[in-house]
Amino acid sequence: MNPTRKRRLIVVLLIFAASAVAVSLGVFALQRNMNYLFTPSQVQRGEASNYPTFRLGGMVKSGSIQRSNDSLKVTFTVVDADGNMPVEYTGILPDLFRDDQSVIATGHMDHARFVATEVLAKHDETYMPKELKDAMAKAHQGRAMPANADQGESP
Amino acid sequence: MSGKWIPLWLHKLGSPPIFYRFAGKLRPWLLTLALLLGAIGLYGGLVLAPADARQGDGYRIIFIHVPSAWMSLFIYGVMAFAAFLALVWRVKLAEVAAMQSAPIGAAFTLITLVTGSLWGKPMWGTWWTWDARLTSELVLLFIYLGVIGLYHAFEDRRQGARAAAFLALIGVVNVPIVHFSVNWWNTLHQGSTIRLLGPSTIAPGMLWPLLTMMAATKCYYLASLAARMRTDLLDLESGKDWVRKLAVEAAQP
Repeated sequence: MNPTRKRRLIVVLLIFAASAVAVSLGVFALQRNMNYLFTPSQVQRGEASNYPTFRLGGMVKSGSIQRSNDSLKVTFTVVDADGNMPVEYTGILPDLFRDDQSVIATGHMDHARFVATEVLAKHDETYMPKELKDAMAKAHQGRAMPANADQGESP
Repeated sequence: MSGKWIPLWLHKLGSPPIFYRFAGKLRPWLLTLALLLGAIGLYGGLVLAPADARQGDGYRIIFIHVPSAWMSLFIYGVMAFAAFLALVWRVKLAEVAAMQSAPIGAAFTLITLVTGSLWGKPMWGTWWTWDARLTSELVLLFIYLGVIGLYHAFEDRRQGARAAAFLALIGVVNVPIVHFSVNWWNTLHQGSTIRLLGPSTIAPGMLWPLLTMMAATKCYYLASLAARMRTDLLDLESGKDWVRKLAVEAAQP
Protein backbone atom coordinates (compact mmCIF):
# COMPACT_ATOMS: atom_id res chain seq x y z
CA MET A 1 0.00 0.00 0.00
CA ASN A 2 1.48 3.32 -0.98
CA PRO A 3 1.90 6.13 1.59
CA THR A 4 -0.97 8.27 0.25
CA ARG A 5 -3.48 5.45 0.58
CA LYS A 6 -2.12 4.51 3.97
CA ARG A 7 -2.56 8.08 5.16
CA ARG A 8 -6.09 8.20 3.77
CA LEU A 9 -6.94 4.87 5.38
CA ILE A 10 -5.73 6.12 8.76
CA VAL A 11 -7.63 9.39 8.47
CA VAL A 12 -10.84 7.63 7.45
CA LEU A 13 -10.55 5.07 10.23
CA LEU A 14 -9.81 7.76 12.83
CA ILE A 15 -12.80 9.83 11.81
CA PHE A 16 -15.00 6.75 11.82
CA ALA A 17 -13.74 5.67 15.27
CA ALA A 18 -14.22 9.17 16.66
CA SER A 19 -17.80 9.39 15.42
CA ALA A 20 -18.57 5.88 16.67
CA VAL A 21 -17.26 6.77 20.13
CA ALA A 22 -19.21 10.04 20.14
CA VAL A 23 -22.45 8.32 19.21
CA SER A 24 -22.02 5.46 21.68
CA LEU A 25 -21.28 7.94 24.48
CA GLY A 26 -24.44 9.77 23.49
CA VAL A 27 -26.43 6.56 23.47
CA PHE A 28 -25.13 5.50 26.86
CA ALA A 29 -25.88 8.94 28.27
CA LEU A 30 -29.40 8.70 26.92
CA GLN A 31 -29.82 5.19 28.27
CA ARG A 32 -31.20 6.44 31.57
CA ASN A 33 -33.62 8.86 29.95
CA MET A 34 -34.58 6.66 27.05
CA ASN A 35 -37.01 4.57 29.02
CA TYR A 36 -40.02 4.46 26.82
CA LEU A 37 -42.19 3.23 29.65
CA PHE A 38 -42.46 2.41 33.36
CA THR A 39 -43.83 -0.85 34.68
CA PRO A 40 -46.44 -0.89 37.47
CA SER A 41 -43.88 -2.01 40.05
CA GLN A 42 -41.52 0.80 39.03
CA VAL A 43 -44.38 3.27 39.44
CA GLN A 44 -45.23 1.85 42.85
CA ARG A 45 -41.61 2.25 43.90
CA GLY A 46 -41.99 5.93 42.98
CA GLU A 47 -39.56 5.92 40.04
CA ALA A 48 -42.03 7.79 37.85
CA SER A 49 -42.91 10.41 40.44
CA ASN A 50 -40.80 13.09 38.70
CA TYR A 51 -42.92 12.89 35.58
CA PRO A 52 -46.30 14.63 35.38
CA THR A 53 -47.21 12.35 32.48
CA PHE A 54 -45.49 9.10 31.57
CA ARG A 55 -46.07 5.77 29.82
CA LEU A 56 -47.18 2.75 31.78
CA GLY A 57 -46.43 -0.65 30.28
CA GLY A 58 -47.51 -4.14 31.27
CA MET A 59 -50.04 -6.88 30.71
CA VAL A 60 -53.79 -6.43 30.96
CA LYS A 61 -54.88 -8.53 33.92
CA SER A 62 -57.16 -11.31 32.77
CA GLY A 63 -60.80 -10.55 33.53
CA SER A 64 -60.11 -7.01 34.71
CA ILE A 65 -61.56 -5.18 31.69
CA GLN A 66 -64.79 -3.39 32.53
CA ARG A 67 -66.58 -1.32 29.92
CA SER A 68 -69.09 1.35 30.79
CA ASN A 69 -72.59 0.88 29.38
CA ASP A 70 -73.25 4.47 28.36
CA SER A 71 -69.83 5.79 27.33
CA LEU A 72 -66.45 4.74 25.91
CA LYS A 73 -64.99 4.59 29.39
CA VAL A 74 -63.00 1.46 30.13
CA THR A 75 -61.24 0.41 33.30
CA PHE A 76 -58.70 -2.37 33.55
CA THR A 77 -55.67 -3.39 35.58
CA VAL A 78 -52.15 -3.44 34.20
CA VAL A 79 -49.83 -5.91 35.90
CA ASP A 80 -46.18 -6.89 35.72
CA ALA A 81 -44.23 -9.53 37.66
CA ASP A 82 -44.85 -7.94 41.04
CA GLY A 83 -47.04 -4.89 40.71
CA ASN A 84 -50.44 -3.85 39.50
CA MET A 85 -52.06 -0.58 38.59
CA PRO A 86 -55.69 0.26 37.91
CA VAL A 87 -56.11 2.22 34.67
CA GLU A 88 -58.99 4.31 33.42
CA TYR A 89 -59.37 5.26 29.75
CA THR A 90 -62.02 6.88 27.61
CA GLY A 91 -61.79 6.26 23.89
CA ILE A 92 -61.35 3.63 21.19
CA LEU A 93 -58.98 0.79 21.97
CA PRO A 94 -56.70 -0.84 19.37
CA ASP A 95 -57.61 -4.18 17.75
CA LEU A 96 -55.08 -6.16 19.74
CA PHE A 97 -56.39 -4.96 23.11
CA ARG A 98 -57.63 -7.91 25.16
CA ASP A 99 -56.91 -9.94 28.29
CA ASP A 100 -53.23 -10.84 28.81
CA GLN A 101 -52.17 -8.40 26.09
CA SER A 102 -49.12 -6.19 26.52
CA VAL A 103 -50.25 -2.58 26.47
CA ILE A 104 -48.62 0.82 26.82
CA ALA A 105 -50.78 3.57 28.27
CA THR A 106 -49.84 7.26 28.26
CA GLY A 107 -51.31 9.39 31.01
CA HIS A 108 -50.91 10.63 34.55
CA MET A 109 -51.50 9.43 38.10
CA ASP A 110 -54.70 10.45 39.81
CA HIS A 111 -54.15 9.29 43.41
CA ALA A 112 -53.65 5.52 43.14
CA ARG A 113 -55.23 5.30 39.71
CA PHE A 114 -53.63 5.88 36.31
CA VAL A 115 -55.73 7.99 33.95
CA ALA A 116 -54.72 7.22 30.37
CA THR A 117 -55.09 9.56 27.42
CA GLU A 118 -53.81 6.98 24.94
CA VAL A 119 -53.64 3.19 25.06
CA LEU A 120 -51.39 1.30 22.64
CA ALA A 121 -51.22 -2.46 22.27
CA LYS A 122 -47.73 -3.92 21.95
CA HIS A 123 -47.48 -6.79 19.57
CA ASP A 124 -44.97 -9.54 20.28
CA GLU A 125 -42.71 -11.13 17.70
CA THR A 126 -44.75 -14.33 17.37
CA TYR A 127 -46.72 -15.01 14.21
CA MET A 128 -48.81 -18.14 13.97
CA PRO A 129 -52.02 -19.28 12.32
CA LYS A 130 -55.17 -19.64 14.39
CA GLU A 131 -55.27 -23.45 13.99
CA LEU A 132 -51.81 -23.79 15.50
CA LYS A 133 -52.68 -21.51 18.37
CA ASP A 134 -55.84 -23.50 19.11
CA ALA A 135 -53.88 -26.73 18.96
CA MET A 136 -51.33 -25.30 21.35
CA ALA A 137 -54.01 -24.16 23.75
CA LYS A 138 -55.55 -27.63 23.66
CA ALA A 139 -52.19 -29.24 24.26
CA HIS A 140 -51.61 -26.91 27.13
CA GLN A 141 -54.88 -27.89 28.78
CA GLY A 142 -54.78 -31.62 28.09
CA ARG A 143 -50.98 -31.93 27.96
CA ALA A 144 -51.61 -34.51 25.28
CA MET A 145 -49.50 -33.02 22.50
CA PRO A 146 -45.76 -33.61 22.43
CA ALA A 147 -43.70 -30.90 24.09
CA ASN A 148 -42.14 -29.69 20.87
CA ALA A 149 -45.54 -28.64 19.51
CA ASP A 150 -45.16 -25.60 21.69
CA GLN A 151 -42.19 -24.33 19.74
CA GLY A 152 -43.13 -26.03 16.49
CA GLU A 153 -43.57 -22.83 14.50
CA SER A 154 -40.16 -22.81 12.91
CA PRO A 155 -37.53 -25.11 11.47
CA MET B 1 -4.44 -0.48 -7.39
CA SER B 2 -1.25 -2.19 -6.38
CA GLY B 3 -2.48 -5.07 -4.19
CA LYS B 4 -1.37 -8.41 -5.59
CA TRP B 5 -3.99 -10.23 -3.53
CA ILE B 6 -6.83 -8.94 -5.68
CA PRO B 7 -7.73 -11.51 -8.36
CA LEU B 8 -7.36 -10.42 -11.94
CA TRP B 9 -11.06 -10.71 -12.80
CA LEU B 10 -11.97 -8.34 -9.98
CA HIS B 11 -9.36 -5.92 -11.28
CA LYS B 12 -10.90 -6.11 -14.72
CA LEU B 13 -14.42 -5.71 -13.36
CA GLY B 14 -13.30 -2.48 -11.76
CA SER B 15 -12.77 -0.90 -15.15
CA PRO B 16 -15.84 1.09 -16.27
CA PRO B 17 -16.25 -0.32 -19.83
CA ILE B 18 -16.00 -3.94 -18.65
CA PHE B 19 -18.37 -3.34 -15.78
CA TYR B 20 -20.76 -1.54 -18.12
CA ARG B 21 -21.02 -4.57 -20.36
CA PHE B 22 -21.12 -7.05 -17.47
CA ALA B 23 -23.90 -5.16 -15.66
CA GLY B 24 -25.86 -4.88 -18.91
CA LYS B 25 -25.77 -8.65 -19.39
CA LEU B 26 -26.67 -9.39 -15.78
CA ARG B 27 -29.49 -6.89 -15.35
CA PRO B 28 -32.30 -8.61 -17.33
CA TRP B 29 -31.68 -11.87 -15.44
CA LEU B 30 -31.73 -10.14 -12.08
CA LEU B 31 -34.87 -8.24 -12.96
CA THR B 32 -36.63 -11.40 -14.17
CA LEU B 33 -35.61 -13.21 -11.01
CA ALA B 34 -36.82 -10.30 -8.87
CA LEU B 35 -40.23 -10.19 -10.57
CA LEU B 36 -40.62 -13.97 -10.45
CA LEU B 37 -39.64 -14.27 -6.78
CA GLY B 38 -41.72 -11.20 -5.96
CA ALA B 39 -44.81 -12.72 -7.60
CA ILE B 40 -44.29 -16.06 -5.81
CA GLY B 41 -43.58 -14.36 -2.48
CA LEU B 42 -46.59 -12.06 -2.70
CA TYR B 43 -48.91 -14.87 -3.78
CA GLY B 44 -47.59 -17.02 -0.94
CA GLY B 45 -47.87 -14.21 1.54
CA LEU B 46 -51.18 -12.67 0.55
CA VAL B 47 -53.07 -15.79 -0.53
CA LEU B 48 -51.48 -19.03 0.68
CA ALA B 49 -50.20 -18.04 4.12
CA PRO B 50 -52.69 -18.56 6.94
CA ALA B 51 -54.14 -15.62 8.83
CA ASP B 52 -52.49 -14.75 12.12
CA ALA B 53 -54.24 -15.92 15.27
CA ARG B 54 -54.45 -12.48 16.82
CA GLN B 55 -53.96 -9.98 14.01
CA GLY B 56 -56.08 -11.70 11.39
CA ASP B 57 -55.20 -10.63 7.86
CA GLY B 58 -53.67 -7.34 8.96
CA TYR B 59 -50.32 -8.95 9.62
CA ARG B 60 -49.81 -9.58 5.90
CA ILE B 61 -48.15 -6.21 5.55
CA ILE B 62 -45.01 -7.83 7.00
CA PHE B 63 -44.39 -9.38 3.58
CA ILE B 64 -43.61 -5.87 2.36
CA HIS B 65 -42.53 -4.21 5.58
CA VAL B 66 -39.95 -6.68 6.87
CA PRO B 67 -38.06 -7.29 3.58
CA SER B 68 -37.97 -3.52 3.01
CA ALA B 69 -36.61 -2.95 6.49
CA TRP B 70 -33.91 -5.56 5.93
CA MET B 71 -33.02 -3.94 2.63
CA SER B 72 -32.84 -0.48 4.19
CA LEU B 73 -30.05 -1.75 6.45
CA PHE B 74 -28.43 -4.07 3.90
CA ILE B 75 -28.16 -1.36 1.24
CA TYR B 76 -26.72 0.98 3.82
CA GLY B 77 -24.03 -1.59 4.56
CA VAL B 78 -23.21 -1.96 0.86
CA MET B 79 -23.18 1.81 0.40
CA ALA B 80 -20.88 2.36 3.38
CA PHE B 81 -18.48 -0.36 2.24
CA ALA B 82 -18.34 1.12 -1.26
CA ALA B 83 -17.87 4.57 0.27
CA PHE B 84 -14.92 3.22 2.25
CA LEU B 85 -13.31 1.83 -0.91
CA ALA B 86 -13.98 5.11 -2.67
CA LEU B 87 -12.42 7.18 0.09
CA VAL B 88 -9.24 5.21 0.62
CA TRP B 89 -8.49 3.71 -2.78
CA ARG B 90 -10.40 6.22 -4.94
CA VAL B 91 -12.01 3.41 -6.90
CA LYS B 92 -14.23 5.18 -9.39
CA LEU B 93 -16.65 2.30 -9.62
CA ALA B 94 -17.03 2.11 -5.83
CA GLU B 95 -17.87 5.81 -5.79
CA VAL B 96 -20.58 5.26 -8.39
CA ALA B 97 -21.90 2.19 -6.54
CA ALA B 98 -22.15 4.08 -3.25
CA MET B 99 -23.86 7.12 -4.71
CA GLN B 100 -26.29 5.09 -6.81
CA SER B 101 -27.21 2.85 -3.85
CA ALA B 102 -28.39 5.79 -1.76
CA PRO B 103 -31.68 6.55 -3.59
CA ILE B 104 -32.64 2.85 -3.65
CA GLY B 105 -31.91 2.54 0.06
CA ALA B 106 -33.86 5.70 0.79
CA ALA B 107 -36.85 4.31 -1.13
CA PHE B 108 -36.80 1.06 0.86
CA THR B 109 -36.52 3.03 4.12
CA LEU B 110 -39.52 5.14 3.14
CA ILE B 111 -41.54 2.02 2.27
CA THR B 112 -40.60 0.56 5.66
CA LEU B 113 -41.77 3.66 7.51
CA VAL B 114 -45.02 4.01 5.56
CA THR B 115 -46.05 0.35 5.76
CA GLY B 116 -45.11 0.23 9.44
CA SER B 117 -47.26 3.26 10.06
CA LEU B 118 -50.21 1.73 8.20
CA TRP B 119 -49.88 -1.41 10.34
CA GLY B 120 -49.33 0.53 13.53
CA LYS B 121 -52.62 2.41 13.43
CA PRO B 122 -54.96 -0.62 13.67
CA MET B 123 -52.64 -2.87 15.72
CA TRP B 124 -50.93 -0.54 18.15
CA GLY B 125 -53.48 2.26 17.98
CA THR B 126 -51.14 4.95 16.65
CA TRP B 127 -49.58 5.97 13.34
CA TRP B 128 -46.33 7.03 14.91
CA THR B 129 -44.60 6.96 18.26
CA TRP B 130 -41.12 8.14 19.20
CA ASP B 131 -39.76 4.81 20.32
CA ALA B 132 -36.15 3.84 19.65
CA ARG B 133 -36.78 1.59 16.63
CA LEU B 134 -39.04 4.02 14.80
CA THR B 135 -36.87 7.02 15.56
CA SER B 136 -33.62 5.36 14.50
CA GLU B 137 -35.22 4.17 11.25
CA LEU B 138 -36.34 7.74 10.60
CA VAL B 139 -32.77 8.92 11.29
CA LEU B 140 -31.63 6.33 8.73
CA LEU B 141 -33.92 7.93 6.13
CA PHE B 142 -32.48 11.36 6.93
CA ILE B 143 -28.91 10.07 6.58
CA TYR B 144 -29.78 8.61 3.17
CA LEU B 145 -31.33 11.93 2.15
CA GLY B 146 -28.28 13.76 3.52
CA VAL B 147 -25.95 11.58 1.44
CA ILE B 148 -28.01 12.22 -1.71
CA GLY B 149 -28.23 15.94 -1.01
CA LEU B 150 -24.56 16.39 -0.19
CA TYR B 151 -23.54 14.50 -3.32
CA HIS B 152 -25.54 16.85 -5.51
CA ALA B 153 -24.51 20.00 -3.66
CA PHE B 154 -21.04 20.08 -5.26
CA GLU B 155 -20.21 21.47 -8.67
CA ASP B 156 -17.55 18.77 -9.16
CA ARG B 157 -19.28 15.40 -8.88
CA ARG B 158 -16.23 13.47 -7.73
CA GLN B 159 -15.63 15.95 -4.95
CA GLY B 160 -19.30 15.66 -4.02
CA ALA B 161 -19.04 11.88 -4.00
CA ARG B 162 -16.10 12.03 -1.62
CA ALA B 163 -17.91 14.33 0.81
CA ALA B 164 -21.07 12.21 0.65
CA ALA B 165 -19.01 9.03 1.12
CA PHE B 166 -17.69 10.46 4.39
CA LEU B 167 -21.21 11.11 5.60
CA ALA B 168 -22.26 7.61 4.55
CA LEU B 169 -19.35 6.11 6.47
CA ILE B 170 -20.04 8.07 9.64
CA GLY B 171 -23.74 7.18 9.41
CA VAL B 172 -22.85 3.49 9.75
CA VAL B 173 -23.02 3.87 13.53
CA ASN B 174 -26.79 4.18 13.14
CA VAL B 175 -27.13 0.72 11.58
CA PRO B 176 -26.48 -1.33 14.75
CA ILE B 177 -28.65 1.15 16.65
CA VAL B 178 -31.58 0.42 14.34
CA HIS B 179 -31.01 -3.31 14.58
CA PHE B 180 -30.50 -3.60 18.33
CA SER B 181 -32.85 -0.81 19.44
CA VAL B 182 -35.56 -3.33 20.28
CA ASN B 183 -33.17 -5.20 22.60
CA TRP B 184 -31.45 -2.23 24.21
CA TRP B 185 -34.54 -0.25 25.12
CA ASN B 186 -38.15 -0.79 26.04
CA THR B 187 -39.80 -0.09 22.73
CA LEU B 188 -43.32 -0.34 21.42
CA HIS B 189 -41.91 -2.12 18.37
CA GLN B 190 -41.60 -5.87 18.83
CA GLY B 191 -38.28 -7.70 18.79
CA SER B 192 -36.89 -9.69 15.87
CA THR B 193 -39.04 -12.55 14.65
CA ILE B 194 -36.45 -14.11 12.35
CA ARG B 195 -33.28 -14.92 14.19
CA LEU B 196 -30.10 -16.29 12.70
CA LEU B 197 -29.16 -17.75 16.06
CA GLY B 198 -31.93 -19.59 17.82
CA PRO B 199 -35.48 -20.40 16.75
CA SER B 200 -37.57 -17.91 14.79
CA THR B 201 -41.04 -17.25 16.14
CA ILE B 202 -43.08 -17.55 12.99
CA ALA B 203 -45.04 -20.42 11.47
CA PRO B 204 -43.33 -22.10 8.45
CA GLY B 205 -46.31 -21.25 6.22
CA MET B 206 -45.62 -17.58 6.87
CA LEU B 207 -41.84 -17.86 6.86
CA TRP B 208 -41.22 -19.07 3.32
CA PRO B 209 -43.05 -16.21 1.58
CA LEU B 210 -41.12 -13.80 3.79
CA LEU B 211 -37.78 -15.32 2.81
CA THR B 212 -38.85 -15.38 -0.86
CA MET B 213 -39.67 -11.69 -0.65
CA MET B 214 -36.27 -11.11 0.93
CA ALA B 215 -34.58 -12.76 -2.07
CA ALA B 216 -36.83 -10.79 -4.45
CA THR B 217 -35.92 -7.44 -2.91
CA LYS B 218 -32.21 -8.34 -3.02
CA CYS B 219 -32.46 -9.18 -6.75
CA TYR B 220 -34.44 -6.01 -7.37
CA TYR B 221 -31.77 -3.95 -5.63
CA LEU B 222 -28.99 -5.48 -7.73
CA ALA B 223 -30.96 -5.04 -10.96
CA SER B 224 -31.79 -1.45 -10.11
CA LEU B 225 -28.21 -0.73 -9.04
CA ALA B 226 -26.87 -2.20 -12.30
CA ALA B 227 -29.13 0.05 -14.36
CA ARG B 228 -28.35 3.16 -12.33
CA MET B 229 -24.60 2.53 -12.38
CA ARG B 230 -24.58 1.99 -16.15
CA THR B 231 -26.33 5.30 -16.77
CA ASP B 232 -24.10 7.08 -14.32
CA LEU B 233 -20.91 5.61 -15.80
CA LEU B 234 -21.87 6.89 -19.25
CA ASP B 235 -22.27 10.34 -17.77
CA LEU B 236 -19.07 10.18 -15.74
CA GLU B 237 -16.95 8.91 -18.63
CA SER B 238 -18.71 10.82 -21.39
CA GLY B 239 -15.43 12.08 -22.86
CA LYS B 240 -13.79 8.65 -23.02
CA ASP B 241 -13.20 6.51 -26.07
CA TRP B 242 -15.33 3.56 -25.02
CA VAL B 243 -18.38 5.75 -24.51
CA ARG B 244 -17.84 7.43 -27.87
CA LYS B 245 -17.61 4.02 -29.49
CA LEU B 246 -20.85 2.96 -27.85
CA ALA B 247 -22.55 6.12 -28.98
CA VAL B 248 -21.36 5.64 -32.56
CA GLU B 249 -22.49 2.01 -32.54
CA ALA B 250 -25.89 3.01 -31.21
CA ALA B 251 -26.25 5.75 -33.80
CA GLN B 252 -25.67 3.37 -36.71
CA PRO B 253 -28.90 1.94 -38.12
